[in-house]
Amino acid sequence: MSADVFAFFYLISGVLFTLGLKGLSHPESARRGNTMAMLGMGIAIFTTLFDPNVKGFFLIILALAIGAVIGIIIAKKIDMKAMPQLVAAFHSLVGLAAVLVAIGTYLSHRATGNINGVLMIELFLGAFIGAVTFTGSVIAFGKLQELLDSAPVVFKGQHMVNAAMAIIILILGVIFVATDNFTALIILTVISFVLGVTLIIPIGGADMPVVVSMLNSYSGWAAAATGFTLNNILLIITGALVGSSGAILSYIMCKAMNRSFISVILGGFGAEAGAGDDPMAAARQKGVKEAAVDDAVFMMANASKVIIIPGYGMAVAQAQHAVKDMMEVLQSKGVEVKFAIHPVAGRMPGHMNVLLAEADVPYDVVQEMEEINSEFSTTDVALIIGANDVVNPDAKTLKSSPLYGMPIIDAYKARLVFICKRSMKAGYAGVDNSLFTADNASLIFGDAKTTCEKLAAALHDA
Amino acid sequence: MTLSAQIMAMSTIASGDGASLSPFMTGLIVFILSCFVGYHVIWNVTPALHTPLMAVTNAISGVIVVGALLIVASETGQDVTYLGFFGALLASINVFGGFMVTRRMLAMFKKQK
Repeated sequence: MSADVFAFFYLISGVLFTLGLKGLSHPESARRGNTMAMLGMGIAIFTTLFDPNVKGFFLIILALAIGAVIGIIIAKKIDMKAMPQLVAAFHSLVGLAAVLVAIGTYLSHRATGNINGVLMIELFLGAFIGAVTFTGSVIAFGKLQELLDSAPVVFKGQHMVNAAMAIIILILGVIFVATDNFTALIILTVISFVLGVTLIIPIGGADMPVVVSMLNSYSGWAAAATGFTLNNILLIITGALVGSSGAILSYIMCKAMNRSFISVILGGFGAEAGAGDDPMAAARQKGVKEAAVDDAVFMMANASKVIIIPGYGMAVAQAQHAVKDMMEVLQSKGVEVKFAIHPVAGRMPGHMNVLLAEADVPYDVVQEMEEINSEFSTTDVALIIGANDVVNPDAKTLKSSPLYGMPIIDAYKARLVFICKRSMKAGYAGVDNSLFTADNASLIFGDAKTTCEKLAAALHDA
Repeated sequence: MTLSAQIMAMSTIASGDGASLSPFMTGLIVFILSCFVGYHVIWNVTPALHTPLMAVTNAISGVIVVGALLIVASETGQDVTYLGFFGALLASINVFGGFMVTRRMLAMFKKQK
């Protein structure tokens, strides 16, 4: 087959990938989109098997089969709560694969004498981006899986150290390209691995949705760089699509937290949290109103509209099924029930939507913050389950609050607000929340799942 | 090769032979335009499906498997084979795992009866 024929089939794959992503504009078209993307991948892999560089199939089939078994088992077993970790882990694989392909391509081309400067620049970029993606994603995985402390790790001169490493990598890159020095490539790859770690450790738990999106973007750029080394248009197309996807998600996440991308990258946010002082002490002194389950049941059963605001706490307590039961009881009583989702609720973009979908909550009652915020003033009861910072009115009014300027869900505008909370602990960002002491708000203490089960049962009898 | 010879060689490759585009330039054109396509397509994705979006982009970035396949059986050295094999294996986890988990997630999204 001529290069044109390969390019033609790769182009078809690229178009199918694009259509796959386009399908995600609506849940109805998304499934078909995914199938198209799968087809695109099938065409891509099949086409590649005809490449003259492929001189045997045994190892290829073996590698693909092992990967398929591992991938499918993980995909079937993974708990939806753990999706952010899984995505981070997958990013790390792309990163490492990019490094391996870059080094392998270099050695392969050196063996056949096909080395030139442009190729070496591309290999340098592929190895560098891949390596940073790999270790950065491993650290993100560790933080999300709670194998590592989610608090930011900051040390003096951190940014200087990172900058120094970046400069050394660049110098080694120039040496590699200019003198065809393999050792330089290896050393710069190793330093890039270290840089991936030091770039992600200062970023705290609250910023994890941005980190996951950002690494998504990096994994795309790594694939694109690999595409340049191989002169493969499909890798370039795909890398560009994935790279821009991650970049847009990072932008959306930053905007939803009112953080600049640079300040997230520089890290250190939430560093003071958990340092032994109790950010909720003030709230406790002011006195919060504690409500019994029966109070909430009475108010909700007689409401005409209830909006539920779930946060990551709901997922931790595995309360989504109990929440769905509660929704159904309310609906059977003629109460309108909706869900309000903040863009950064959960630990990755869209995480809450998946958790609710898993519990069979129909997607059309789940609305985004911007769609639903105007409805709170006509809402009888806002029920907050395991969310904290995203409903904190201080973000609007209190200039000294670290959350100031962040868009929030206007739960406080509802006639009554009930907050299911396990304890008087601060949110993920470690910030005080004045909603808890507001006149129209009361707290229901206890495990989110148990509370929701009690609410559902009591509503059933009400 | 000296540095200046290297740069000269690079500029020849980058500019092609005058008659046709260099592979780099072709790649750059494809890359830039694909970024624009990506930009517009991704802004249309509903926020409710951002998690499946990340999972499916994971899966399609596993297309790097193509790069690994091109070297694993290229018979250009034992070390190249190892690198290609592990690259293909890792990317394959991404491809299969990514698509399957996306499928599983999307199946959960149902409309109100």
